[in-house]
Amino acid sequence: MAQFRVPPIPSSEITPESVYLRRRQFMQAAGLLAAPALAGLASDVNARPATGGSPLEFRDAASGPAGFTTDEARTPRQDVTSYCNFYEFGSGKDDPAKYAHEMSVDPWSIAVEGEVARPGKLTMEDVLSRYDLEERVYRLRCVEAWSMVVPWVGFPLAALLKNFEPTSKARYVAFETLYRRDEMRGTRSFTSTIDWPYREGLRLDEAMHPLTLLAVGMYGKTMPNQNGAPIRLVVPWKYGFKSIKSVVRIRLTEKQPATTWQDLNAREYGFYSNVNPDVDHPRWSQKYERRLPSSLLRPNRIPTRLFNGYEDQVAGLYKGMDLKKYF
Amino acid sequence: MHPLLRATVFALCLLPLLGIVLSLQSGGLGPDPAEAIMGISGEWGLRFLALTLFVTVLRTWLDRPWPMHLRRMFGLYAFFYATMHLATFCHFYIGWAAALLLEELTERPYITLGFLSWLLLLPLALSSTRRARRHLGRKWLLLHRLVYPAVVLACVHLVWQVRTDAGEAVVYSLLFALLLGWRLRRRMFPATQPG
Repeated sequence: MAQFRVPPIPSSEITPESVYLRRRQFMQAAGLLAAPALAGLASDVNARPATGGSPLEFRDAASGPAGFTTDEARTPRQDVTSYCNFYEFGSGKDDPAKYAHEMSVDPWSIAVEGEVARPGKLTMEDVLSRYDLEERVYRLRCVEAWSMVVPWVGFPLAALLKNFEPTSKARYVAFETLYRRDEMRGTRSFTSTIDWPYREGLRLDEAMHPLTLLAVGMYGKTMPNQNGAPIRLVVPWKYGFKSIKSVVRIRLTEKQPATTWQDLNAREYGFYSNVNPDVDHPRWSQKYERRLPSSLLRPNRIPTRLFNGYEDQVAGLYKGMDLKKYF
Repeated sequence: MHPLLRATVFALCLLPLLGIVLSLQSGGLGPDPAEAIMGISGEWGLRFLALTLFVTVLRTWLDRPWPMHLRRMFGLYAFFYATMHLATFCHFYIGWAAALLLEELTERPYITLGFLSWLLLLPLALSSTRRARRHLGRKWLLLHRLVYPAVVLACVHLVWQVRTDAGEAVVYSLLFALLLGWRLRRRMFPATQPG
């Protein structure tokens, strides 16, 4: 029997209203003084309708060698919800927080198809009633050389895949994000070169790995839209863009599926995209990362670890592979 | 030019810096100020380069000398924001490690070009004093033509970083193409000065 708990927010984590209001005044003053410099920055994301944040029932993940949790300082929730890459809502880091509320996530269903014995659809109600949720605290490393520590609430992708019974031909898993032009202003940008919908993929053994999570929430509550509501993938040993958001389709395939970033620039973004400080990216050195929050006096620049520190758990998946070739 | 007007323009040009400082203090730049400051300082460097190049155009259009009195200020502000851009990179991205800077300069050409652009602006900033100008005479004009390769490098630096959206890079490149094209046309057809 699973034990459930809903953790209360400790009062130490609640921002006093006076501080909250002062911050707004500051931002407004800065905006008036240097409007052009701060266009976009000064717009207060707190004024947008908040999404997600409903209570969830879950248990803590087991600590220990499985890597399901870490003692590292968690990135404040406010930072995780305000600093996002979700190009469906724009390519600026604050665009998702500003515009993701325009996406409706209820009702939601995921189509599971391809090389499975029992293809079908899964509604969010099915997901929440069928799978036991647990909290996993993972490092998240973006290819842009910043990182966070996020407490996700979810369940292993393997549990879902097993229910649909992958056939013997299944070798890869392809994922697709929702694509709804009228709710996703980034997809309407005429200067964007992305071929929507956003696609990602994993090898079947990567998808079945116990660390690979389907997350339905974070910080103990349901997922905010900008972080990939209502359900997203989290693959902690790979660069963040592999952890596809707002998933509507899971397709098991025989051949390696096409992925969005690889299609855009195959020289820069590989299919595997495992975090690796020794394989440099043409744009960003991957040797170090800024663990957010970072600040002027404390940039918080730390060395990046192979497989984002999950080497013990996942290195076996890549035994004998040249990681520089299969980057 | 009236000293009060000059002082006003000078103060206005400081507003982006003030915005950054205030937002740093209030947390308005978010959890990753490095990325925000890189963007703001880089863009203001470009804008002031464009303003600097526009001064000559404006003087010709108006047929008045006063815009020229602002050129040095705009040029120095371009260098100031470009330097902030470079310093932000050194501070947040490579932690002031010379070995890492060398590695970035050899491995990532878009960084090399941005750095070269800054390097070309450096002698212009250093020789911006009245004394240096008098001292260099005709050579000063020749030296300050370095601003042309500097803006071209800055544009390539910007275009090279485009990932999925070329909008901004295209707008700035077109702007500089107009500013340089205007000069080219004036040089090639001196009799028919655009007015």
